Amino acid sequence: MAAVITKVKQKEIAQLIEKGKRLDGRGLTDFREIKIEQGVIERAEGSARVRLGRTDVLVGTKIEFGEPFPDTPTEGVLTVNAELVPLASPVFEAGPPDENSIELARIVDRGIRESKAIDTEKLCIEPGKKVIVVFVDVYVLNHDGNLIDASALAAMGALLNTKVPNYEVEDGEVKIKSGHTQLPIKRNPVTVTFAKIGGKLVVDPWLEEEQVMDARLSIAIDDDGNICAIQKGGNGYFEPQMILEAAKIAKDKAKEIRKKLGW
Amino acid sequence: MTDKPEKLIDKKGLRLDGRKPDELRPIKIEVGVISNADGSAYIEQGKNKVLAGVYGPREVHPKHLALPDRMVLKCRYHMAPFSVQERKSPAPSRREIELSKVIRESLEPAIFVEYYPRTMVDIFVEVLQADGGTRCASITAAALALADAGIPMRDIVVACAAGKAGDTIVLDLMDEEDKYGTADVPVALMPNLNAVTLLQMDGILSYDEFESAVNLAIEGCKKIYTMQKEAIRRKYASAKEEGEE
Repeated sequence: MAAVITKVKQKEIAQLIEKGKRLDGRGLTDFREIKIEQGVIERAEGSARVRLGRTDVLVGTKIEFGEPFPDTPTEGVLTVNAELVPLASPVFEAGPPDENSIELARIVDRGIRESKAIDTEKLCIEPGKKVIVVFVDVYVLNHDGNLIDASALAAMGALLNTKVPNYEVEDGEVKIKSGHTQLPIKRNPVTVTFAKIGGKLVVDPWLEEEQVMDARLSIAIDDDGNICAIQKGGNGYFEPQMILEAAKIAKDKAKEIRKKLGW
Repeated sequence: MTDKPEKLIDKKGLRLDGRKPDELRPIKIEVGVISNADGSAYIEQGKNKVLAGVYGPREVHPKHLALPDRMVLKCRYHMAPFSVQERKSPAPSRREIELSKVIRESLEPAIFVEYYPRTMVDIFVEVLQADGGTRCASITAAALALADAGIPMRDIVVACAAGKAGDTIVLDLMDEEDKYGTADVPVALMPNLNAVTLLQMDGILSYDEFESAVNLAIEGCKKIYTMQKEAIRRKYASAKEEGEE
């Protein structure tokens, strides 16, 4: 996801962070302004659009009826996909998902799955045969850094907004009826991403910070402040102490965001 | 498909295979196992059997991907169709694509990529049999294959997972603990630099549990690191003997 950034600017970003400041005026652990709009796509069963500064992510959910996985016969199925659509950035290309979009989808998926955000037991219609399948499609509309946190927030926003159509089972066939119920949600995980730049951690890196960072660390936190998913990315490394520091900051930040959004 | 065991930890505090919580599975490492590759290594960790091969530095293909100031590092993690209970399609899955990326990113910090501009190094990892913790075994083997290929590195990367099975923090999770345990924390480390190059987690852990899991995984890494060094010395000791004959 590389784009051009001048050496001068790279240096400036790193030097400022060394002094505890950032080019856009934020403190090292400040998020950009978060705006979330829910129910923006009427055709989707659930949707949310999150703006994190200039990063813009739309998530739509679709509900289908299908078969459960053989190892979890009594649970509904969650599928997360991410599209880095070419209009969102000069470096995104059309075509089959590359490793970046697959990684993004799998990080979002892990946050939702491991925190047990969806009450999947309630999505079972007939054990081993019919369950509700929830498709979460992440659509990146503008890439200005930290797609992970924006996508994770938008995915949760969309799930909270998802309606399951009423149905009845006749001779093993699912028939859709009028009306709907809310998708059962148990937890609201929040993901907090850090960039390591010149030996310091910054929260919610924007695009130019991502281009100078050594490494990235994303931590998903559930409602009780427990850690439920982590992913390190990038070609650098973290000292063990720094990881523990990040985990502590993530816990506070997640609480702050959850409060702000009323989750 | 194995059925869910009743308990992952028994009354004596031992695990399904009789290990103590902080005990590694038996590990066997061999360096220089594929004659065609520039570097290679094989690891058995529990029932995991993983082969890693390195080709390069060589010409970049396709050519336009060449970088003027550094090498291009490529990595492919792949599981054999017969490596798991239910046949796995040989086409790369989304999981394998993600793991290829994180394994590459765990090895890259160790490599002096600027020493070989306009070249490419390919790392191929084949999981012949999977038993939980294949990404860690893959990193341990791939780092040795890189060393065997003579790629200059800051340290040998080594990886090991820790996690939570039942209520206990355990080291080096096997398949059942991975599937039915509470959390899994794979860690890759450059022991001499005290630098973590891979960190993932799934499951649920409190901050304190996470801290002990990371520390336990690092301890495990350091133990495997010793075995890595022995394995590479073994290869070059035998190569020397051959040369003297």
